[in-house]
Amino acid sequence: MEVGVGLPAGVPGAPGDLVLEWARRADSGPFSSLGVIDRVAYDNYDPFLSLAAAAALTSRLRLVTMVVIGPLRNQAMLAKQAASLDALSGGRLTLGVAIGARHEDYEVMGVDHRDRGRRFDAQLAYLRESFQDGGPVGPRPAQPDGPDLLVGGGTGRAFARMARYGDGYVHGGGPPRAFANAASRAWAAWTEAGRPGRPPLWGQAYYALGGDAEAERGAAYLRDYYAFTGPFAERIAAGDLTSPQMVKDLVRGYEEAGCDHLVLLPTVADIAQLERLAEVLD
Amino acid sequence: MRIGILGGGPAGLYFALLMKKADTRHHVRVIERNPPDATFGWGVVFSEETLGALRDADYETYAEITDTFAKWNAIDVRYRGQTIRSRGHAFSGIARKDLLRILQQRCRQLGVRLEFGREVADLGPFEDDDLVVAADGVNSLARRLHEPRFEPSLDLHTTKYAWFGADLAVDAFTFIFRDTEHGLFQVHAYPFDAHTSTFIVEAHESTWRRAGLDQMPEEESLRFCQDLFRPELGDHKLLSNRSIWFSFVTLRNRNWHHGKVVLLGDAAHTAHFTIGSGTKLAMEDAVSLATAFLRHPADLETALTWYELDRQPVVERFQEAARESATYFENVSRYGGLEPIQFAFNLLTRSGRIGHLELEKRDPRFVAAVDRWFARSAGTAARAGTAGGPPSAAAAGGPLLAPPPLFAPFSLGALELPNRVVLSPPSEDDAFDGLVGERHGAELAGGVAAGGGLVLTEAVAVSPEGRITPGTPGLYRDDQSVAWRRLVERARRAGGARLGVRLTHAGRRGATRPRRRGVDRPLREGGWPLLAPSPLPYLDGGQVPRELTERDLRVVLEAFAAAAGRAAEAGFDLVALDLAHGYLLGSFLSPLTNRREDGYGGSPEGRLRFPLEVVDAVRAAWPAERPLAVTLQADDCAPGGLGLDDAVAIAASLRAHGCDLVEVASGWTIPADRPDYRRFYLVPASDRVRNEAGVATIAGGNLTTADDVSTILAAGRADLCLLDPRLYAGVDQAR
Repeated sequence: MEVGVGLPAGVPGAPGDLVLEWARRADSGPFSSLGVIDRVAYDNYDPFLSLAAAAALTSRLRLVTMVVIGPLRNQAMLAKQAASLDALSGGRLTLGVAIGARHEDYEVMGVDHRDRGRRFDAQLAYLRESFQDGGPVGPRPAQPDGPDLLVGGGTGRAFARMARYGDGYVHGGGPPRAFANAASRAWAAWTEAGRPGRPPLWGQAYYALGGDAEAERGAAYLRDYYAFTGPFAERIAAGDLTSPQMVKDLVRGYEEAGCDHLVLLPTVADIAQLERLAEVLD
Repeated sequence: MRIGILGGGPAGLYFALLMKKADTRHHVRVIERNPPDATFGWGVVFSEETLGALRDADYETYAEITDTFAKWNAIDVRYRGQTIRSRGHAFSGIARKDLLRILQQRCRQLGVRLEFGREVADLGPFEDDDLVVAADGVNSLARRLHEPRFEPSLDLHTTKYAWFGADLAVDAFTFIFRDTEHGLFQVHAYPFDAHTSTFIVEAHESTWRRAGLDQMPEEESLRFCQDLFRPELGDHKLLSNRSIWFSFVTLRNRNWHHGKVVLLGDAAHTAHFTIGSGTKLAMEDAVSLATAFLRHPADLETALTWYELDRQPVVERFQEAARESATYFENVSRYGGLEPIQFAFNLLTRSGRIGHLELEKRDPRFVAAVDRWFARSAGTAARAGTAGGPPSAAAAGGPLLAPPPLFAPFSLGALELPNRVVLSPPSEDDAFDGLVGERHGAELAGGVAAGGGLVLTEAVAVSPEGRITPGTPGLYRDDQSVAWRRLVERARRAGGARLGVRLTHAGRRGATRPRRRGVDRPLREGGWPLLAPSPLPYLDGGQVPRELTERDLRVVLEAFAAAAGRAAEAGFDLVALDLAHGYLLGSFLSPLTNRREDGYGGSPEGRLRFPLEVVDAVRAAWPAERPLAVTLQADDCAPGGLGLDDAVAIAASLRAHGCDLVEVASGWTIPADRPDYRRFYLVPASDRVRNEAGVATIAGGNLTTADDVSTILAAGRADLCLLDPRLYAGVDQAR
């Protein structure tokens, strides 16, 4: 299993120079990828711009969206941004997409959320054709046939969609047991669809390393970020990995559960977080 | 902390005493509407695991509870005049009234205030409390007051049950099945002291009505049950304690706390009584909630969140197992064709928590008997009601060692499969002009070498238009069957597996690109006109297929028959016809894709007509001694689509037309379906087709271990299982 790290671009108030410094240092750390999240109606950086900046400062790391909310975006523009990022980064993009759970993102974008599933299907088909065949929207991605498309979501519909259009599955986070359960469903959908090979499986988890102060800041961020889930936000906050032992346990658990790529997302915007995680993983 | 607890059942009392014990400064109060000695229901069952938790939480009550226990370790299944006993299960039971007495006593001793006989109408009496625990049962007042916050959901089950006592101590957890003119009745009985047992009578609602139990007063229904189970009860009496008939309700809550109010036990969740874990879960909740306050004494919100995180996953697993168990008992009459030993194994593994391996650990002799029976009855169990001999093989002096069910051979007519695993390598879409080559040969031989009993090829097209992608292999020209013949001969040298070929016509899902980067992606160039029962494109904006004319139907039918003839020449042992996944024949079956108004659409018979004609034509072209299989769409996973009832009816027709084996499939008929890929997701369909239509089945569906396979086979829920050999690849090289 490969382990990557998230950019602090999803944490409100993260200074721009911190995001850039983080990317620069991560490139020489024990990480295989740099991940970003996507919100619109929230105080976070745009995922494609963040990764584009990171692309300029890194040479090695895979750049992954975990995930971009597809139906919020115009499909041609999404294809253009992704192809551009792939070309600019020398073929380092992995494009995780999903449907998103927050209605306010749809509201501020002026996009109807009711038929988002159907539009998402069409969008995935479009992205695939656009990457592979060219067509009016350029540039050509650097990776032949375009970046890998990871599809997320936990419903049977989402797994079927992943098997129909995706190159792999991206999980939304949780304990290893939940990941293993989703992984077996992803594999089953893949088999039922008649796909050859096996889908690469990506996982993610939140962390805040240091002491009680960091743990509290991380939890406060997650409570805020997941406020839309109501009482569930507390439970997500309680899952923040706040000690080296918790990080190690989770990494081991995910590896045992069959995860191929795990991305650890910071919940505190402080460069020390990157160094602490690097120490734990080294 | 001031703690107010609503409800003086086991959960409320246990939590009260644990908190008071943890810190005597806590002010703990329990309000219960009934008097202290009132209790409904009879005995309560605990497993070893629960007892461990109770011992750690409070040794005093643990010691007293276990001193009072009735203990047993056997499960008896009484069915068709036989009693099958399985040991090693370690249960303990206690009278509910004794449990309450012990807990009340301990509460008083520790200084918990108990207020019995006090009814509350709202949470006003708890206004001054820091924590309000709603332990007030399935109809919890506290929950109803905050319903939008807890987000409860209720599911009503379709059987009726009455909770009796009996003045005899059965010596095992006893299941009794009694066939009557009204239908099947079943009993769940277990002891809770030296003289008394819980005796739950359950029946399907229709059976219960036919027996007139819906009209009977309590007295009379007790007499009815007493008479019905006279053979087991003898002179012993059934006892009533408000033992009226209920339908079980499964309750779930998305959230278990709101502000300072927290749900405990049945107020938070129920799990069907057939896995007997209501009190166990409730008391474990109490331990968890008390632990939450040890870990987070200063922070109510964090403590209650910790409790939810700790308990919800456990409870969800139990509810899932309970759902499986309830479903089993709702449909148990389906298993009337199973031999008693298989019936018992099926019952013991019903909830998915215990499989072949775990049962073997608990009772190796029982599982050995199952394995012996299974190995001996190999193949003959395919047709309901014609299963093998009596379970006591040892008495006959036969072999005592038998392979686990996965490795039992299977005979399908004249064809012998060396074991029960079906391997089906995926397609790489790399045939050239329908011709298979070196890679296909390696794949097929590799499947055989991997050790399966039956290796099925990828889908092979019966005509060029029937290909899924340009790289789909075919059997529509003679050179193709010559190429297959070479592959079959090579594969035979790799091992003893039998070889089957999947014959398909892609219909409206044809002319797509190779599936390495996704499925159902139309070819940009080099496509071909598509055929379908009705002119509906598979994807929005996709190619509109031509509606098959009468003449087209003849052409397709002849193509299938000719391909079957070529498959015979190539030396395949079995042909599997594709009636699934929205391909041509499958799309005839489904009302979502077949809108024809001629004799090949409309009614279920109409939609089945063409697929049956193809089955007949293939059966005629395929050597009579070689078996014919069908991959059958059992569930479209979409409103208005095919479901399991349809699949059973179709399978029965297929069987009547000479089909020997059905592989069940689901989803993909239309793109906007809602499939489910949970563990064992195809097993219920296989189970119903096998046991209701009486045809041998292949089940796949998220099976990941050899134990999964042996469990499903021994339970009579399938005859063969699809297992992905890639799950095992590389393990022996690791480290």
